[in-house]
Amino acid sequence: MSAELLKLTAAGAAERVRAGEVSCGELFEAWRERAGADELNAYLWRADGPPAEQPAADSPLGAVPLAVKDLFCTEGVPSAAGSRILEGYRPPYTATAVQRLASAGAPLLGKTNMDEFAMGSSNENSGYGPVKNPWDPSRVPGGSSGGSAAAVAAGLAPWAIGTDTGGSIRQPAALCGVVGLKPTYGAVSRCGMIAFASSLDQAGPLTRDVTDAALLLRHMVGADPCDSTSTGLPEEVRLPSAESLEGLRFGVPPELTGAGIEPGVREVFEATLARIEELGGSVQEVALPHSDQAISAYYLIAPAEASANLARFDGVRYGVRKGGGDLRSLYEETREAGFGPEVKRRIMLGTYALSSGYYDAYYGRAQQVRTKIADDFRAAFETVDLIATPTTPTVAFALGEKTDDPLAMYLNDFCTVPMPLAGIPAISIPGGLSEGLPVGFQLAGPAFSENRILDAAHALELSIGFDGSAGRV
Amino acid sequence: MIDREQVLHVARLARLRLSDDEVEQMTGELSSILEHIEKISALDLDGVEPTSHVVELENVLRPDEPRPSLPRERALEQAPDTDGSGFRVPSPGA
Repeated sequence: MSAELLKLTAAGAAERVRAGEVSCGELFEAWRERAGADELNAYLWRADGPPAEQPAADSPLGAVPLAVKDLFCTEGVPSAAGSRILEGYRPPYTATAVQRLASAGAPLLGKTNMDEFAMGSSNENSGYGPVKNPWDPSRVPGGSSGGSAAAVAAGLAPWAIGTDTGGSIRQPAALCGVVGLKPTYGAVSRCGMIAFASSLDQAGPLTRDVTDAALLLRHMVGADPCDSTSTGLPEEVRLPSAESLEGLRFGVPPELTGAGIEPGVREVFEATLARIEELGGSVQEVALPHSDQAISAYYLIAPAEASANLARFDGVRYGVRKGGGDLRSLYEETREAGFGPEVKRRIMLGTYALSSGYYDAYYGRAQQVRTKIADDFRAAFETVDLIATPTTPTVAFALGEKTDDPLAMYLNDFCTVPMPLAGIPAISIPGGLSEGLPVGFQLAGPAFSENRILDAAHALELSIGFDGSAGRV
Repeated sequence: MIDREQVLHVARLARLRLSDDEVEQMTGELSSILEHIEKISALDLDGVEPTSHVVELENVLRPDEPRPSLPRERALEQAPDTDGSGFRVPSPGA
């Protein structure tokens, strides 16, 4: 019974619960036991029993348990954002997104590993050891939501949520062969998310298929008085049913699909474009001329915002405290001991970019480039409905392969960074395999076009028929 | 690029204490990152408005009504050091 249950998509399991074929408690226990078999370091914390309040069997999310990235605050449950500086921290409240999902019937199964404060593309920056890719444990799962992606791919969780600042949902989804959606900025409340870059951070689902992503998203979105930048979505998220792409115009930007994309990834990308045409969609070239500046703008704006956001970790109100003597030593020793190398690097970069004499040349110009990037997308969406690119230039790389060269790691993000700068939604779905490893296919649309993206992704998913079972170790 | 003195200055601003090895490594790494990033100085951005935020919202207000805040004992629960009424820290002047 339980082995069969674990093979279902979340929507499928929810149906069983609603039909009374399985109880909420049985479903939770089956998944809890499965999560306990994690050999990938995907989880940092797992529920030690059923939730205090069982969801109703007829709740919209059907009592299907949820894995949550460690940076979402969960009341009384460790929430360290993958950092040693917050080791043991148990927040006094729960993030709005997690609360909404729990109220809709998705109880907390566990907290997933991540790059420290969401800074990384490989999960190797976690303060608690890297996550392994379930398709090949010698490779990275991507990051920063690598624990969430690996847990879903390996069948250690039915579904999960993560956050995306420059690709942190879509990139690990691609490298692990699952679906990952970054919503329009403001669709989901950021209240209770431990902040990295506040003008970019956005929460979204990581799931086995597009329908599960739509179902989770539907119950995550909404304006929240605790996040004044949250707007929700103008229309309800529909469960996608499209099987055709008739009438949809897909734009392919040469800037994000040409140089730097490895041959195996390009092959899957081109096969997926051919599939789009078979399904009735049209494919045309579209220009995003400022894309080559996106990495530069991103690696100024995100670290600048991070350097301000991470000032709060000073050993005074929560988390770890080191040192003493005077107040400055307390701050410095706490931060020296608590932050890992990548976090220190980004704080340094951001502080430098914001410091007197450099502000205009760096942060100011980066914000102007951001305008140009958003304008590029606006212009492109006058002639196409969706933009298609590979999600990542390569398949999952080996653990340790890029750790000595931070710049090389940053440059790898070029397909996913432009969308959050423009605030627009994008999804990654598995397009196929290269060298036996998953390749992600990315679709981006204008702000608030989540339903269009989900429908198109659904039609493609049906046609691709990706088999993720090989990743379920 | 960025030199050792600037790295030490920025570290001080950011309240980060770096070991000698870290200072050396950071100088090299930040220099190569900044060298790449400086490509944006070649763009003509005259007259381009900066985007600080993508959501077009301004002055989101709520009614000015008193409501309960996080109880003091809850707020202090996770503090490394407290006297029961506030966060305890060494004197800034010490």
